Amino acid sequence: MPDYQTHTYDVLVIGAGGAGLSAAIEASSAGVSVGVICKSLLGKAHTVMAEGGIAAAMGNVDERDNWRVHFADTMRGGQYLNNWRMAELHAKEAPDCVRELEAWGALFDRTKDGRILQRNFGGHRYPRLAHVGDRTGLEMIRTLQDHGIHQGIAVHMECTVLRLLTADGRVVGAFGYDRERGRFLLFQAKAIVLATGGIGRAFKITSNSWEYTGDGHALAYHAGAALMDMEFVQFHPTGMVWPPSVMGILVTEGVRGEGGVLRNKEGRRFMFDDIPELYRAQTADNEEEGWRYTQGDRNARRPPELLTRDHVARCIVREIKEGRGSPHGGVFLDISWIKERLPKAEEHIKKKLPSMYHQFKQLADIDITKEPMEVGPTTHYMMGGVQVDGDTQMSTVPGLFAAGECAAGLHGANRLGGNSLSDLLVFGKRAGRYAAAFAKENTAGAIDADQIQQAAAAALQPFERSGSEGPYQVQQKLQEIMQDLVGIVRTESEMKQALVEVEKLRQRAAKVSVQGNREYNNGWHTALDLPNMLTVSEAVTRAAIEREESRGAHFREDHTAKSAEFGKINIVIGKGADGETKIARRPIPEMPAELKQTIEEMQ
Amino acid sequence: MPSATFSIWRGDRESGGLKDYSTEVSEGMVVLDAVHKIQAEQANDLSLRWNCKAGKCGSCSAEINGLPKLMCMTRLNTLPLDRPVTVEPMRSFPPIKDLVTDVSWNFRVKQGIKKFKPRPPDAPDGTWRMAQQDIDRVQEFRKCIECFLCQDVCHVLREHHHFDGFAGPRYFVHIAALEMHPLDVEDRVEELKKAHGIGYCNITTCCRKVCPESITITENAIIPLKERVADHFYDPLSRLFRMFQSKKKEGTHAGTETAAQGRDSGSAGAR
Ligand SMILES: Cc1cc2nc3c(=O)[nH]c(=O)nc-3n(C[C@H](O)[C@H](O)[C@H](O)COP(=O)(O)OP(=O)(O)OC[C@H]3O[C@@H](n4cnc5c(N)ncnc54)[C@H](O)[C@@H]3O)c2cc1C
Ligand code: SF4
Ligand code: SF4
Ligand code: FES
Repeated sequence: MPDYQTHTYDVLVIGAGGAGLSAAIEASSAGVSVGVICKSLLGKAHTVMAEGGIAAAMGNVDERDNWRVHFADTMRGGQYLNNWRMAELHAKEAPDCVRELEAWGALFDRTKDGRILQRNFGGHRYPRLAHVGDRTGLEMIRTLQDHGIHQGIAVHMECTVLRLLTADGRVVGAFGYDRERGRFLLFQAKAIVLATGGIGRAFKITSNSWEYTGDGHALAYHAGAALMDMEFVQFHPTGMVWPPSVMGILVTEGVRGEGGVLRNKEGRRFMFDDIPELYRAQTADNEEEGWRYTQGDRNARRPPELLTRDHVARCIVREIKEGRGSPHGGVFLDISWIKERLPKAEEHIKKKLPSMYHQFKQLADIDITKEPMEVGPTTHYMMGGVQVDGDTQMSTVPGLFAAGECAAGLHGANRLGGNSLSDLLVFGKRAGRYAAAFAKENTAGAIDADQIQQAAAAALQPFERSGSEGPYQVQQKLQEIMQDLVGIVRTESEMKQALVEVEKLRQRAAKVSVQGNREYNNGWHTALDLPNMLTVSEAVTRAAIEREESRGAHFREDHTAKSAEFGKINIVIGKGADGETKIARRPIPEMPAELKQTIEEMQ
Repeated sequence: MPSATFSIWRGDRESGGLKDYSTEVSEGMVVLDAVHKIQAEQANDLSLRWNCKAGKCGSCSAEINGLPKLMCMTRLNTLPLDRPVTVEPMRSFPPIKDLVTDVSWNFRVKQGIKKFKPRPPDAPDGTWRMAQQDIDRVQEFRKCIECFLCQDVCHVLREHHHFDGFAGPRYFVHIAALEMHPLDVEDRVEELKKAHGIGYCNITTCCRKVCPESITITENAIIPLKERVADHFYDPLSRLFRMFQSKKKEGTHAGTETAAQGRDSGSAGAR
């Protein structure tokens, strides 16, 4: 038997981003014991990087906003594949969650009358994003962290979960290691909340950090839970493209919300050339009206730069492919032009977008108050994930919950900006509440020593091999394959090729060796992340082959139209009894008449 | 492609030393890119922390050519590449491995600081009203990314190892953010002197100079806090005034506002 330390909690939360911390706070205030595990130090999770804001229909800037409008916007953005119950709860509960953050010390930018200010963002009909300049995620995670540490929650920083432990069809614990010493850890728990974030590291150009290796998706899959909507990977239209070392780093949509415009090398605002039917009525058809919208004119319609991300990303790809791109293979994003319209524009930009100013100045020698930026699409967000119940966030495995980016449902085929941070708060809280309830109703399950044995043995194998290649080469190759063959524009033949390549990489991954010992060994950590990346890459590819249509973030060159048939189903992936991947089409449940009517009214 | 040499500290809790690695460098690269390249190609087990690669998470702190910096925000074109670039872990904290140090002490210090406590809501719907100008000043402190570079350079920690009884600049910024928060009604002045040892700071401004978020740590956070401490402990008149105020503070909501304003005007002279 391997050596390990044991920790026992009623509820174990895996992940300390916005979703994990919200879940932990809620569960502990329900009176159960709570442990939180995270791969990085506390406060460094992805949530810290979020820039633009938190979507919540508070109506502080435009009182016409309310949950119904937010619900309809979210469903339209998701092309109606969303779990409508989640979209409904999210729209209804987000405002209170934002107010709760304020009560815990978060300081949002203010309106003239002293309330929380809200800004415009793509796909949201009214100004809806509560924000703090362009560092909203930092404000959010710090507030949750500082509140959480006084709640008696046990935090295990720099620990990684390798496997979920199951017994009698439910989850009973988790097995992992601490990064610092490389010692094994057993967490016994009555309920587990997965809040592990996304999968962006499976792609070459990404705004995501090393943490985003799809661990939660893979852990859930191997524990027998169903994954849903895996074909929907969001490519954010604006990532940095130059210099090469910063390629993929995000340029917040807030730039466009503040009046930034996209141009090709001919100086044309190409977004006016292609406005989808679904959005025509809500989109400005001239530059003047678009500008007025960004400056708060309530009678103006939004400029086409603020159309949904999938669409803007594809328009950019088209411009680049057709030879109208910028020198370094992107397009131009210009905020400096607003000096033609605003006095003191430079100061205004620095005030509204301080970290963007800083980022370009320091990393690319570009002063965004004076010259345009060059931008191109970057892998950003995973809409797909663990299939959960809309109310409780429980997966198809009893006792296993999921919230935040690693859960599926709220965003459907495409997420609106700002809807993630609110997702974390609303569903993190719900997952925490129902996990606590589950823990109260159930006793601890028995731990199966075989499962521990297997996980430990697999984890140590890379040390026992020698002379073979290291993990980084395999990781890089996978990133290239996914980027090239399962990226923004997809076709069946390329994706089938990707499956073949992924299988080859699986063989290579099974042979990688690492040098050194178990203490804080990044090479070993990377070797252990590889199987998860391969699992999610395969799931993404299979789901993308299955969906023979183009919808939201999923664009098929060989099926460019939307299909009514595929509009009625979600694609679900699960692990079969013999370890094989099962793929199924799950009909979307009928929406209640009241919600249907809401959507009609908001057309 | 031209190449450059990086002298990276390799070692563990007990011992270690600089080791040279040559690698190709290209336009726009930052130190973190070079270290990653070395890790992928020559030293798979090299340990470091990073997350965002954009100066937002405060994970990649190190000492580059002896200066405390974020590796992800240090462009190679700002360093002389004709000699090796040294990359070392933060020296004030116990080493764990290579560039990774044990910063857990910082998290424990934070736990010992009294949490945010808001005044009662201003509006019947449970919300507050605040003016933008009142929060601007505190937002400066809230930009902190907890990189701990300021802790790393502070001589009270670095040379005098005063880890008991001194919170360090990061936490003076944190306390300032709480104390000057327009809604906060908690009082942390006693602990500032006793538990958090603000008196040990002799305003050398080293911390402010290294802060990657350009927070004016000394002038805007530490000095105003020191003044509050001085008022509280040494000025009998203001002590009397405070006793009177704190009675009011417990009473009505209007009272707390005056108290907050009173505290703020106390520090205005320093800025
Ligand atoms: C640059 C950028 C800007 C963004 N801006 C916005 C915005 O303005 N508005 C918006 O709504 N959204 C935005 N997003 C999206 C949003 O930030 C993320 O989707 C969200 O923060 C994810 O939160 P989370 O709690 O689900 O996961 P995270 O915050 O990523 O946390 C995941 C946690 O899980 C832990 N973990 C993972 N695997 C394991 C494991 N195996 N064992 C133990 N722990 C594990 C990690 O260590 C981490 O603590 C942005 C994203 C990026 C990258
Ligand atoms: S100013 Fe004070 S806190 Fe800052 S480095 Fe100097 S002694 Fe330390
Ligand atoms: S105050 Fe500045 S230097 Fe200190 S931890 Fe915060 S960001 Fe880093
Ligand atoms: S990696 Fe986040 S600050 Fe450097």
